[in-house]
Amino acid sequence: MFPRPIAKARPAVRVAYKASLPVALLVWLLPLVAVALTSIRGAGDLARGNYWGWPGEFDLVQNYRAVFVTSPIGLFILNSFRITVPVVAASVALACMAGYALAVYRFRANSWLFFLFVGGNFVPFQILMVPVRDLTLRLGLYDTTLGLILFHSAFQTGFCTLFMRNFISSLPHELIEAARVEGVGEWSIFLRVVMPLMRPAIAALSVLIFTFVWNDYFWALVLIQGNHAMPVTAGLNALNGEWVSAWNLVSAGAIVAAMPPVAMFFLMQKHFIAGLTLGATKG
Amino acid sequence: MTTTTADIATTDWRAQPRRRLSRRVAPALFLAPALLMFLVYVIAPIFASMRISLYDWDGVGKMTFVGLGNYRELLGDDAFYTSLKNNVLWLVLYMLAVPAGLAVALYLNQSVRGIRLVKSLFFFPFVISQVVVGVVFGWFYDPQFGILHSIGKLLGVATPAVLADERYVTYGIIAAGLWPQTAYCMILYLTGLNNVSPDQVEAARIDGAKGLRMLRHVVLPQLGPATFIAVVVTVIGALRSFDLVSTMTHGGPYGSSRVLAFYMYEEALSEYGYRMGYGAAIAVVLFAIMMVYISIFVVRMIRQDRGKR
Amino acid sequence: MKNFRAGLMASAFILAGAVSALAGTLVINTDTSDPAPKKAMQALIDGFKAKNPGVDVKWNVFDHEGYKSAIRNFLTADPPDIVSWYAGNRMAPFVKAGLFADVSDVWKAQGFDKTLGSALSAMTIDGKQWGVPQSYYQWGIYYRSDIFKKLGIATPKTWDELLAACATLKKNGITPFSLGSKALWPTAGWFDYLDLRVNGYAFHMDLTNGKIPWTDPRVKAVFAKWDDMVKNGYIMADHPAFDWQEAVPQMVQGKTAMYVMGNFAVAVMEQGGLKADQIDFMPFPTITPGLPPAEEAPIDSFHIPAKAKDMADAKKFLAYLGSGEAQTKINDILGQLPISTDAKVGDDKFLKAGLAVLSKAQGVAQFFDRDAPADMAKIGMEGFQEFLVHPDHLDAILARLEAARKRIYKVN
Repeated sequence: MFPRPIAKARPAVRVAYKASLPVALLVWLLPLVAVALTSIRGAGDLARGNYWGWPGEFDLVQNYRAVFVTSPIGLFILNSFRITVPVVAASVALACMAGYALAVYRFRANSWLFFLFVGGNFVPFQILMVPVRDLTLRLGLYDTTLGLILFHSAFQTGFCTLFMRNFISSLPHELIEAARVEGVGEWSIFLRVVMPLMRPAIAALSVLIFTFVWNDYFWALVLIQGNHAMPVTAGLNALNGEWVSAWNLVSAGAIVAAMPPVAMFFLMQKHFIAGLTLGATKG
Repeated sequence: MTTTTADIATTDWRAQPRRRLSRRVAPALFLAPALLMFLVYVIAPIFASMRISLYDWDGVGKMTFVGLGNYRELLGDDAFYTSLKNNVLWLVLYMLAVPAGLAVALYLNQSVRGIRLVKSLFFFPFVISQVVVGVVFGWFYDPQFGILHSIGKLLGVATPAVLADERYVTYGIIAAGLWPQTAYCMILYLTGLNNVSPDQVEAARIDGAKGLRMLRHVVLPQLGPATFIAVVVTVIGALRSFDLVSTMTHGGPYGSSRVLAFYMYEEALSEYGYRMGYGAAIAVVLFAIMMVYISIFVVRMIRQDRGKR
Repeated sequence: MKNFRAGLMASAFILAGAVSALAGTLVINTDTSDPAPKKAMQALIDGFKAKNPGVDVKWNVFDHEGYKSAIRNFLTADPPDIVSWYAGNRMAPFVKAGLFADVSDVWKAQGFDKTLGSALSAMTIDGKQWGVPQSYYQWGIYYRSDIFKKLGIATPKTWDELLAACATLKKNGITPFSLGSKALWPTAGWFDYLDLRVNGYAFHMDLTNGKIPWTDPRVKAVFAKWDDMVKNGYIMADHPAFDWQEAVPQMVQGKTAMYVMGNFAVAVMEQGGLKADQIDFMPFPTITPGLPPAEEAPIDSFHIPAKAKDMADAKKFLAYLGSGEAQTKINDILGQLPISTDAKVGDDKFLKAGLAVLSKAQGVAQFFDRDAPADMAKIGMEGFQEFLVHPDHLDAILARLEAARKRIYKVN
C-alpha cells in the first residue's frame, strides 16, 4: 500500500486525487472552519439558531473589537509573550551549552546525565506540581510571570538538551579537534566554531519551544492566579466560563489565542518540521 | 592524527595560562547551569512529591505523617479507579492516532501542486493549544448548538449530549484529543516516508508485492524510527491528558471523565480539595505508570547510543 | 548563568516593590470580578476613604472562581489586610489554621451583636467572631408567573400542590424545572431545601456537620421526595451539559417554567428578555408540616488575615462595612439584602419577598458547600448530580458519601 507516484497514474485517478484533496482538507478542518465562521457572526444569527448556515450578518470587526475591549485578552496575549520569549531564550541557551558538553566531551557521568535529561523530559507534570508550587511560593514568585518562566526554562531544558546533543554529535568532530590544535580555548571553540553551525538547530528548537510554552495551560493554572500575569490559554478558559453561550465571542477569542503559534508555524515551517521530526528518521 | 592531537592537547594544557578553560573543567561548567535548573525544578520535586505522599497536608497547616495511609485510601477510592480505567481507555484509544497518522501521511505523500500547503494545513490542529481544541470540541458536542446535534437533526437521528453522558463522555474527549495527535503522527510519518528507499519499493513491486503486503514487509520496516517516536509521543500525550478534560468537562458528569492527571489536580489544588498528600500519592501512581514507558524509551536509546559509538 | 542571575535580580526587585507598596496602605483582596459586585466594592471603598481620609487603599480584584484557590496562597505567602470570603463552615479551615484574625472587639465596640444579630451565629466559631457580614440573599423557586396564570395554576404552598402544578405544566408540554448542573452546586440548592423541608434545620446542620450517617433512613426520605421530580421527568434533561445560566434561555422561551436558584438569577433572567412581571418568587413549599421555618440564605463577608500588616485600619474598615450606611449603599448596587438592622432594603419586589420570608425564618442555612467542609461538599454534590441522572444508583451513592463522611469528619 505504498502509493505509486500519482504522476504515473491514469489521468482519471490523478484528477480524482486532486479533487479529493480540498474535500479532505475541509472535513479535517471542519471544527476550525466553523469556529472561524462563528467568530464573524452577529448575535442575531445565534439567537435565530443560524449556527451553521451562511452568516446573516458579518460582525467581524465588531466581535473582535468586543473581545479586545470587554475582556483582558490583549493583556493575556502580552503576558504569553512575556513568558514565552524569555523561556525560549533561556532554555535554548542552557541547552546549547549542556548539549555541547554531552556531545563533545567524554567523561564518566556523560551517559547518565544525558539519560537524566531525556527521562526527566517525559515525567508527568503532576508529580512536580506540589513541590514546584511550594518552591515558587517560597521564592516569592508565585503569581508572577518570572515564576512561570523559571519553571518552563528548567523543564524545557531537558528536551532541548536531548535535541542539541544529538545535533552537535552529528557535526564533524574534526572541526573541534582542528581548533584545539590551533590552540583555541574551549569557550572560544564553543562560541566561534560550533555555535555558527548550530543556527538551524537553534531556529528549529526555538519555534518548537515557543509553541510548547505558548500552549501550556497546566502550569499557568498552578502558578498564576491574577489577570496581571495570566497567559492566554488559561485566560481563554476563564473567559469561556464568563461568556456563557456567547459563542461568537468565544470563537473570536479562540482564534485570537491560536494566532501567534499558527503564524510562527507558517513563518518558520521548515524549521518547525525539522525540529519535530528529528529522531523520527534517525531515531 | 589522533596521537598528535593528544600530544598537542597535553602540551597545550600545560602551556595554557590559568584563565583558559581546561578540558577537564569545561564540561562541568558548560553543564552546570542547565543541570542546576533541571535538578531544582524537575528531579528534586519528584522525590519531594514521593515524600509528601506519605503525609496528610492541606497546604496551609501542619504536615502529619501517615505512612502509606494515602495509598491505602486510594485502594478503596472509586474515583481513583474511574480515573485509572479512563487512563487505560486513553492509552488504548489514543494509539489510533498512529495508524491514522500513517494513513493520512500515505494519502498526502504525493507531489502535486500545492501539496505543501495542504500538508501544512493538515498539520494545523497540532499547533493550536489544547485549550482551544477543547473549546472547539465542547461546542462541537453542545446539545443545543453543536455541529453534531445539527448533523443528527439533518439525518433524523437523536444525538446524545456527549459531554453530559457518562457512557460517551470519555470517548468524546479522546476523539477531540485524536485530532491534534493524528496530525502529529502524520508529520512524523511524512518525514519518515521521505527516507523510504524508492528502489526497494520498486524492486518489491516488480516482485509482485502489493497493497497491505507491500506496506507490512517493505514500507513499515523502513518506518521503524518514525513509528517508535510516534508511539512514544502518543503514550506521553495520553498520560498527560489534563488540558482537554479540564476545559471540556472538569471531570464531569459526576466525575465519570476523570483521568489521573486531572484527579490529582482536583484533590490537591481545586476549589473543593486541598489534600496535597493525597494528590501527591495519585501523582506517584501516575509517575510509576509513566516510568514503564520512560524506561523502555531510555533503554532503547542506550542501546542505539552504544551501537553508534 | 547570566539568565539565572538576571532572574534573581528581577525577583529581588519585585519583592522590594511589593514591600514598599504595603507601607501605610490598606490592601484589600476580593473576588468581585463581575460588574455589579465590582461597582459595589468601589462604592464601599470610596465611602470608607471619605470617612478615613488618611488611609490609602490598594484593591486587588481576582477572578471569582480562581479566588477560591488563590486565597490559600496569599493568606500564607503574602497576606493582605482585608479579604472577602464566606461565613459558616467555609471559613472554618482558615480560622482553625490561625489565618483569620479574631475581630470580636470590633463587634463589641460597634454593637454589631444587635445590628448584625441575624448573622452572629454564622460568623462565630469557638465563641469569637472572625469577620463581618456584608449581605445575604434568599434562595427559593423563581417561576414564570405569566405561564402559571395562563394555565390557571395557583402558587404551590405544599409539596403535593407543587407536584400537581408540575403535572399540569408537563401536560401542556412544558418541563417544569430548568437546571444546569455542570458546575455541580446548583443541585445543592435542591438538596438543601428538600432536607430543610423534610427534616428541618437542626437535622440539616447535623448532617452537614457529619453527625448523621448518609445512610440514615431520614436522608433516604429526602431523596425519595427528590425522586418525585426525577421519575416524572419534571427536571430538564441533559442538565449536566449546561452551566446554570445556559438553562435560563429554556425558561425565557417558555420550555420550562421554574428554577430553584438564588436571587442573583433574576438579573440573568431579565437580561435574557423576561419582564419583571413575567417572573416571580415563591418560597420552597412545605413538606413535613409543623417544622420551624428555615431558609437558605448564604452570607458574604469580609475578614482580616491574622498576619495583616495594617491591623488598625483593617478594623476600621470592618467597622464601616457593618454600618447601616455602608450596608444600604452596597446592597442597593448588588441587589442583595443588607444584614444590618440600620440599613434600608432596596425597593425591589424580589428583595422584599426575600426579606419577608427570611424575617420569619428560625434557621438560616448557608448553602451546602459552605455548611459542609469543602471535600464533603464536592463528593456530595457529585452524588446529587449522579442521582438526578441515575436515581437507581442511590444506594451506591449514599454508601460512597458515608465512606467520605467517616474519613472527612474522622468518625468511626
